[in-house]
Amino acid sequence: MSTLDLEIQLLAVVVATACALPGVFLVLRRMALLSDAISHSILLGIVLAFFWVRDLTSPLLLVAAALTGLLTVALVEGLLRTGRVREDASIALVFPALFSIAVLLIARYAGTVHLDLDMVLLGELAFAPFHRLEVGGVDLGPKGLWVMGTILLANVVFIGLFYKELKLTTFDPALAGALGFSPVLMHYAFTSLVSLTAVGAFDAVGSILVVALMIAPPATAYLLTDRLSVLLVLSGFIGAGSAVTGYWMATVLDASIAGSMATACGGAFAAAFVLAPRRGLLAARRMRARQRWEFRELMLLIHLLQHEGTADAETECREEHLVEHLKWNAKLAGRVIRDAGGKELLELRGDGHLLLTQRGRKMARSALEGT
Amino acid sequence: MIPWLNYTVQVVAVGAGLLGLVAGALGSFAVLRGQSLLGDAISHAALPGIVLAFVLTGTRASLALVLGAAVAGWVGTLVVMLVVRESRVSQDAALGIVLSVFFGFGMVLLTWVQKMPNAAQAGLDSFLFGQAATLMMEDLKVIAGLGGGALLVSILFWKEFKILSFDREFGATLGLPMAALDILLTTVLVVSIVIGLQAVGVVLMSALVVAPAAAARQWTDRLGLMVILAGLVGGAAGVAGALLSGLGRGIPTGPTVVLLVTAAALVSVFLAPARGVFPAWLRARRHRASLWEANGWREEL
Repeated sequence: MSTLDLEIQLLAVVVATACALPGVFLVLRRMALLSDAISHSILLGIVLAFFWVRDLTSPLLLVAAALTGLLTVALVEGLLRTGRVREDASIALVFPALFSIAVLLIARYAGTVHLDLDMVLLGELAFAPFHRLEVGGVDLGPKGLWVMGTILLANVVFIGLFYKELKLTTFDPALAGALGFSPVLMHYAFTSLVSLTAVGAFDAVGSILVVALMIAPPATAYLLTDRLSVLLVLSGFIGAGSAVTGYWMATVLDASIAGSMATACGGAFAAAFVLAPRRGLLAARRMRARQRWEFRELMLLIHLLQHEGTADAETECREEHLVEHLKWNAKLAGRVIRDAGGKELLELRGDGHLLLTQRGRKMARSALEGT
Repeated sequence: MIPWLNYTVQVVAVGAGLLGLVAGALGSFAVLRGQSLLGDAISHAALPGIVLAFVLTGTRASLALVLGAAVAGWVGTLVVMLVVRESRVSQDAALGIVLSVFFGFGMVLLTWVQKMPNAAQAGLDSFLFGQAATLMMEDLKVIAGLGGGALLVSILFWKEFKILSFDREFGATLGLPMAALDILLTTVLVVSIVIGLQAVGVVLMSALVVAPAAAARQWTDRLGLMVILAGLVGGAAGVAGALLSGLGRGIPTGPTVVLLVTAAALVSVFLAPARGVFPAWLRARRHRASLWEANGWREEL
C-alpha cells in the first residue's frame, strides 16, 4: 500500500466520520433530505464566491457555501410557515431553484473559466492528495485532509459541548422550549454545522454522495441500538468502515471511489435491515414465528384448564380432540403437545389423557387473568 | 418565421412542453400525498438502470435508456416502501438512502463502462444536468408515447387514485386493493419522471414534478382542476423555457424551466385569491378594521 493509497483512505475515513456524526441528528429529527437540499444549493454559494474571488481554492468559497446552506434552511422554513405548502414540497421547491440559478450562472458567465460541474456534483477523491498544504516549504499532507479534519473536530466539539441540548431538542422540542433551551437557535446552529460539513465533503465525494455518507451510516446504526451515545459512535465506525471498503472496491473494479463508498454504505444498511439482531427483517420474522408458537401452546393450556376436572375432561383433553376443537392438523397438535410436555407444562398419561402440571396451570391462569 | 425559432428550438419546445405537462399533472398526486421528494429519489435512482440498459443494448436509443431508468427508479421506490414498512427508519431517511446509494452504484457502473472498449458514453453525461438541445424527433415520440400512456392510466384509475391520495383507509374498507394501487400510481409517477431525465436532468426533474402542483394547489380545492392547472403550468413553463433558452447561447433549458415553474409556485403561494398569503393578510386587515369601527374603538387603544 503506497502513501497515496493511505492518504486517500485516511481522507475517506475522515470525510465519512465527519458526515456521519451530524447525520445522526438529521435521521433522528426526520430531516434527512435537508442534507440533499443543502448539498445541492451550496453550489450557488460556491459559484457566487468564485465569481468574486476568481479562485477555486479560496476559503471564502467554504464560507459562502455554508451561508447558502443556511439560506436554504431559512427559505424552506419561511415557505413552510406560510402554511400553503408542506415541508416536503417546500424542500423540493427551494433547492432545485437555487441549484438552477447556479447552473445558469455557470453556463452564462463561467464558460471560459474552469468550474467543472461534474467535479462539483460528483467529486473526485483520487485527486485530493495532489492538493498539498505547504507551510514555509514544508509539506504537511493533503489540504483536504486538514480541511476535513478541522470540520470533523468542529463536529465532535459541537456535539460534545451541546450534547444535552441536541438530545433534548431532538427528542422533545416542546420540553426543550419550556426549559428555556431555544430549539430554533439549536436548529440553526446545527444546520450551519451540516452545511459546513456538506461543503467540506462535497469536494471529495460530490454533492449527491454526501447524502449517502450523512444518512446511510446513522440509519444503519439506528437499526442496531437505542442509545444516542452508542448511535453516534457506531455511526462513525460504520461510516469509516464503508469508506475503507468502498475504497478497496473501487481499486479492484477500477471505478469511482465516491460511488463505491456510497454503495458500501448501502450494503451496510441492507445488511442491518435484514440481519439486525432485534430490528432486522429476519429477527422480526423469527420473533413472529416464536410468538405464534407460544400462542398455540397457551391455547392448549387454556383449553386443558377449562375442561380440567369437568365431566367431559376425558373426551376433551386428548390429542385427537385438539384436531377438531382448535382446528389444528394432527401433526401440529402432536408437536405442540410434545413441546409443552418438554417444558413440563403438561403430562401425557398412558391412556392419552392430557393433564396440566402445576406450572402449566399457573401459566394458563395468569394468561386468562391478563397478568 | 422568427429566425431563432428554428427546427431544433421547435423540437425542444414541444418536448419540454410535453414533459412539463405530464410531470406537472401527475406530480399533483405526489404533492397531495406528501411525497414531493419521491420524484427526487426516483430520478437519482434511475442512473444504474440507464447505465445497465446502455451496457445490455449497446445503444443509446432513447427508449432503451428510458426503460432502464424506469425499472431502476421503480425498484428504488419499492425499496423505499419496503424499508418504511418493515423498519423504524422513517421515509425521509429511506428516500435519502435510496437516492444516494442507487446513484453511487450507478456511478460505479458508469466509471466501469467508460473503461470498456468503444464505449461511446455520450448521452450518459447529459443525464446529470440534462441537455434539452440534444432532443430529437425520436425522443419526442418516446416522451409523447410513454407520457400519454401515464396520463391515460391516471384517467382510467382517476377515482381510485383520488381515494388513495385523500383517504387510503376508506379505500381499503371499500375493498379496493390499495397496496396495488399505490404501486400503480408510483409506476405512473416513475414514468413521468424518467422520460424527462435526458432533457432536464436528475437534479432539476424533481422541481418539474412539485412546483406546478404546488402552484395549482393554491388556486383550487378540486383535484380535477388542480391536475389540469398543474399540467398547464408545467407545459407552459416547458415551452417558455425552451423558447427563452433558444434566444441566446449559455441559457440551458432545464434550469430556465425550473426557475419559471418555481416563480409560478411562489406567485401562487403569495397572490392566489383564496389561499394566497397576501390576499389573506388583506382580508384579515379589513376584518380588523371593520371590527374596530363597529365597536367604536379608538386607534390608540
